[in-house]
Amino acid sequence: MSADLPPPYTALTRHPMMPRTTHDEAARFNFLTHFNRYLSGPIGAGNRLAYEKRVLPAFRAEHGRDPEHRYEIRDAMNKDPWHRTWSALKRNSMEMRQHNGRQVVLRQLDELDAMAKQYNEHSGMLELDPAVEQPHYQTAVDIHCQPGGYHSEERPGDITVGANYDVGLFATTGGALGGLNDGGGQAIVEWIKQERPDWQPRRILDIGCTVGHNAVPIAQAFPDAEVIAIDTAAPSLRYGAARAAGLGVKNIRFVQASGEDLSRWPDGYFDWVQTTMFLHELSAKAMPRILAEANRMLAPGGLIFHIEQPQYSDEMPLFEQFMRDWDAFNNNEPFWSAMHGQDLKQVMADAGFPRESQFTVGVRAVVDPEIFPPSPDDGEEDYGRAAIWNAYGAWKPVAQAEAA
Amino acid sequence: MSEELDWVALSGRRAKGKRPEYFDDPALDRLYSTVFALAAEVSALRERQDTVERLLDAKGTIRREDIENYAPDRQAGEERGLATRAYIARIMRGFQQEVEALDAGDPPIADIVEKLSRE
Repeated sequence: MSADLPPPYTALTRHPMMPRTTHDEAARFNFLTHFNRYLSGPIGAGNRLAYEKRVLPAFRAEHGRDPEHRYEIRDAMNKDPWHRTWSALKRNSMEMRQHNGRQVVLRQLDELDAMAKQYNEHSGMLELDPAVEQPHYQTAVDIHCQPGGYHSEERPGDITVGANYDVGLFATTGGALGGLNDGGGQAIVEWIKQERPDWQPRRILDIGCTVGHNAVPIAQAFPDAEVIAIDTAAPSLRYGAARAAGLGVKNIRFVQASGEDLSRWPDGYFDWVQTTMFLHELSAKAMPRILAEANRMLAPGGLIFHIEQPQYSDEMPLFEQFMRDWDAFNNNEPFWSAMHGQDLKQVMADAGFPRESQFTVGVRAVVDPEIFPPSPDDGEEDYGRAAIWNAYGAWKPVAQAEAA
Repeated sequence: MSEELDWVALSGRRAKGKRPEYFDDPALDRLYSTVFALAAEVSALRERQDTVERLLDAKGTIRREDIENYAPDRQAGEERGLATRAYIARIMRGFQQEVEALDAGDPPIADIVEKLSRE
């Protein structure tokens, strides 16, 4: 029984930069954590039932055939009263998560900003560049329905959006990412330690790091490596650098830069280029540019590794594709649908990673089971939020680089 | 407290990007927003009351500070988690039973009434 219950919000690790919640603010996150699990579990199943019992038969009667694309299912399901109801609940849950997180952060912003400033001045781990423009794919809508996206400021130099992102991940993921919301980064570390136990990368680049919750575990696991975490969004970086300093991490630097232009780093500079749940937040033109830059900067024999949701393929049922697409149209993830529809292996190949050097592997969040019981998503994928991912990677061939 | 910012007003800022309309009547979309925010508040109140009761059990007297600093241990966390789950199951009963009904595919009750009236 207890394994089905998420831990209370107060079980999260209270690192120095973590905004302090009042009793009732924590309780609101507890409600949302349970509510999100409920929406993806017991009543999420209503979507498939509505499709099979009502929507699909009606589609067949009207068109004389089955749907041929996930968008045809979406058009039909968006008219179904159950799917509308469920979507309204899920959207509201996301909005409530943002509202609660912003109340927590904004009411104590003076203290948080001052603390971040102090950490960042002393650590030397933050390097901002006001000349970096926010790409249009980050500003067209506020991603995840987070007001201000990753990049906006409530006042100059603040950390609101970074802090809000950190305090609410617990509720969004149903408590599945562990005490520091770093279950993704921990999963990457566990995978690489099994895959190449003796590997000691010297320089690691994390592109699209937001608050660094996935890059910090990598820096902790490879204390002799130099980790550079980049993002275009200064408020996220300010919070992330202060958060890392508060956790006592010293071998990471948060740098404001766009993944599309990394010319400041020479060819072959990094042994490992990492992205975590990042590729789907780009645009169709930006993704190949970033992958090409990654290929250029990667040393021969180096690793590129992307944690993502699985790509849509002919083997994936159209209904599942439609469900996985929900966030694109209801949670401001505009590139999600197009990105997951691409042949990522071909995109990687076009960027310079030969197909024979590529691999895919399944990873799931690594969390402390003493505090965070396994989420009840074994075999019950919730189409995008569960802490189970596909990783797309490649080891850059040594011979290719020598020939070039 | 932040002195220069109206944190209450700013907290409710909308996310950029047109919000989908889920129901034909926009009033229903607004109503959902209110009902579920209220549901979260009731849940928070229940948790606060549980905190007060646990602190009184343990110490016989409490200060507000004790409430704000309270963090349940693993057992209390599970008991409260179970209570929250049961609470959500109560307020979501109509939705949950709609899913069950979808699966069951019962005929209209009038059909049963008519059928049994004849049999």
